[in-house]
Amino acid sequence: MNQQDIATGIPTEPKPEQASDGPERKATATLEIEGMSCAACAAAVQRSLTKAPGVRKALVNYATEKATVEYAPDLATPATLKAAVEKAGYGVAERQPDTSAADRQAEIDRQKAAAYQSLKRRLWVAAGLTAVIMPLSMIMLWPALSARVNVQWLNYLLLLLTGPVLLYSGREFYTSAWNAFRHRAANMDTLIAVGTGAAFLYSLAATVVPHFFMQRGLMPEVYYDTTATIIALILVGKVLEMRAKTQTSAAIRSLMGLQAQTARVIRGDQEFDVPLEQVQLDDVVLVRPGEKVATDGLVLDGHSAVDEAMLTGESLPVEKQAGDNVFGATINKTGAFRFRVTKVGADTLLAQIVKLVEDAQGSRAPIQRLADQVSAIFVPTVVCIAILTFVLWFDLAPESSRFTLALVNFVAVLIIACPCALGLATPTAIMVSTGKGAEQGVLIRNAEALEKAHEVNTVLLDKTGTITRGEPSVTDYVPVQPAADGQQLLRRIAAVERLSEHPLAAAVVRFAEEQGLAALPATGFRAIEGKGATASVANDTVLIGNQRLLTDEGVALTETAASRAAELRQQAKTVLFVALNGQIAAMLGVADTLRDTSAAAIGQLQRMGLEVVMMTGDNAQTAAKVAEQVGIKRFFAEVLPHDKANKVKELQAEGRVVAMVGDGINDAPALAQADIGLAMGAGTDIAMQAAGITLMRSDLHGVVTAIDLSRQTIRTIRQNLFFAFVYNTLGIPVAAGLLYPVFGVLLSPMLAAGAMALSSVSVLTNSLRLRTFGKQNR
Amino acid sequence: MDTVELFVTAAGALLIGLVLWYFFFSEREVVSAVSSLGGLQQADITVKGGYSPDVIEVERGRPVQLHFHRTEDASCSEELLLPDFHIRRELPAFQTTTIELLPQQPGTFEFTCGMHMLRGKLVVK
Repeated sequence: MNQQDIATGIPTEPKPEQASDGPERKATATLEIEGMSCAACAAAVQRSLTKAPGVRKALVNYATEKATVEYAPDLATPATLKAAVEKAGYGVAERQPDTSAADRQAEIDRQKAAAYQSLKRRLWVAAGLTAVIMPLSMIMLWPALSARVNVQWLNYLLLLLTGPVLLYSGREFYTSAWNAFRHRAANMDTLIAVGTGAAFLYSLAATVVPHFFMQRGLMPEVYYDTTATIIALILVGKVLEMRAKTQTSAAIRSLMGLQAQTARVIRGDQEFDVPLEQVQLDDVVLVRPGEKVATDGLVLDGHSAVDEAMLTGESLPVEKQAGDNVFGATINKTGAFRFRVTKVGADTLLAQIVKLVEDAQGSRAPIQRLADQVSAIFVPTVVCIAILTFVLWFDLAPESSRFTLALVNFVAVLIIACPCALGLATPTAIMVSTGKGAEQGVLIRNAEALEKAHEVNTVLLDKTGTITRGEPSVTDYVPVQPAADGQQLLRRIAAVERLSEHPLAAAVVRFAEEQGLAALPATGFRAIEGKGATASVANDTVLIGNQRLLTDEGVALTETAASRAAELRQQAKTVLFVALNGQIAAMLGVADTLRDTSAAAIGQLQRMGLEVVMMTGDNAQTAAKVAEQVGIKRFFAEVLPHDKANKVKELQAEGRVVAMVGDGINDAPALAQADIGLAMGAGTDIAMQAAGITLMRSDLHGVVTAIDLSRQTIRTIRQNLFFAFVYNTLGIPVAAGLLYPVFGVLLSPMLAAGAMALSSVSVLTNSLRLRTFGKQNR
Repeated sequence: MDTVELFVTAAGALLIGLVLWYFFFSEREVVSAVSSLGGLQQADITVKGGYSPDVIEVERGRPVQLHFHRTEDASCSEELLLPDFHIRRELPAFQTTTIELLPQQPGTFEFTCGMHMLRGKLVVK
């Protein structure tokens, strides 16, 4: 089953998408309608919406007061839809999803804090009373003292002390077990309730009607200490468990807490500090040094360095200037800038990251399946084993002690069996690791992807945009005329290229800017298709282009220039020739450069035992050069975009488990075909949707982090499941008394309670070790 | 084997039979989600030591709203998981939490508590 197909929530925001039957775009929006009082109102709103231009389909639900509208975004907008509803005489509620989500979370946090306090109170009562009950119950260990005590009165005193432990501290176990029982469900509380309940009821009978037992030759023994200790110990476990559980979701909470509270919005000539919920699309927001960027937008003016570590894991600040994107929750370091808001609320990158992590935490890892099947039948099975234990001990033990032994072992079996550890083994590890991944700029779409990544043995890298930057850069600048001033010449070249739209021209302009050269004006610009461009700069005629352009324009190449050009071509570089007033003046070598971190990251992947394979559309010579530079031995050259998925299949046919790393739209089929797809963050949304893992940072170290995180998580889950299964498979037979015939060993129910309390805590603690991931690697 | 032992053995066997029948073989409450005018399918589920009803039938391809009303503060039921739909949600006590989803494939999808002890099913037809 394709999870993606079914995991679609009801769209609440307009979501443009490509129609499958043609180029026409469609979008859906959910509007909250106000003022409807009957089904006829809903019909009226629906009619009005259906008639509105651009609306393809509208459905209005009176019960939920929501309208779901499918429309063509070119013809209609959320504003025109709102107008259509208002035309029918009704209103559209402004959505404030974040506020309600925050309120909801605050309410949950408040309830959790209250529950934690109440749990602690119940523990203190149980612990305090148990501290008195225990020595009183052991009074028979001192014969001199016990001879002076009236056992019957002592039992009543113990009953009085145990009552509050049962009715106050342990009440939740009994109500919860009863509620579950009514639903034909059984949980951990069922086991505790039946176990302690049986011990208590027997003790109660022995206290109130001791003669009934004595007449039948039985000692009316009481187990108040067992009952109270079990409850106290289980409460200790619950307190520890609750504390640890809040830590498993710490990463996502801190992500949510990153959001700015207010934004400095410029309206007219004035600046206002407004709450984030009131910031609207197209607002202009001012960000000063040290401030958080409020939401996502496009820089209008100003210049600064922005710390984006919280979203991408990249520790170095990123330079921002007019035309660059900025993201909410990032921190502005040095300068001030103004940006136009392009996304708010649930559409922002931070909100999408939080949503993605939450989705991943809600998904099921295949490794969990066995634990799931076991926990579904666990409690009723344990109850049956406990009953069987009682019957066997009763039938086989010496008559004088048969009831006592049967009861003690019955309680021990119930108490030691803990389904919590099984239930917690996988989800807690997934919660910690997905949160940890997000902190380091590795977004894991679901638990299945996390699990799959650890099996990978081959990493297939698409060259452009992953190993290399994916954009051409000037690598060599070779002035040919010895007398020429290289810098002045470069200013002239940049002046022409600034007017060109060719990607190579952008690389030349960037190169000139990096040298700190001021711009010169150019006149008479003319692009010569397929060859280059020309313009007049400072009274010089500048010609830039390929060798054909030079030949066509009658510019002769000197011998030195020709041999230098051949050298550059051999290094798999594109050569740009520059002529000044009809004379060859300079050459530029342009190439897609390697990312600084690629070679190191590839080396790390190889040391992890993975084979790294490269794939590129370039010719074999260029591919070989790049592969050699980064230490890759195997590569596929001249791969056409539609053939990329086939290369993945080829590797899979060799029996390899393939992780594909890519960034472009044309990588999407290959990302989907691979056993696990990793999309590079600067990549497109389509690539991200096709990938199981998204790397927020354009750095191959993210692949190392993702695979390493997956390996550690799966190791943790396996340890957890091992602990949980071994604990139960060994614990239950020991508690049932299996060792007794050979070693004479029986498990005290109190020890069983201690072990049970520790089992889920140990699984949680083991999962929480993943929080140190990253620290140990650096 | 004396009479008491016989009695205890028989009672034990009977009890085991009852436990197995009660938890695994007794009939479950099945409820179909209510469809509204707009095509939305809705069901109210009470959460108290379990889910009632615990089997919800819905039709595929149409949006579903499940309203989980949790009427207890026992920690067992505080979390709701619907892993096939990537949903993990905390259910605040004594409140209604609405889960929205769009089932596009037929099948039976389980919803459980955080520790997979309390269980219910969403049957998509």
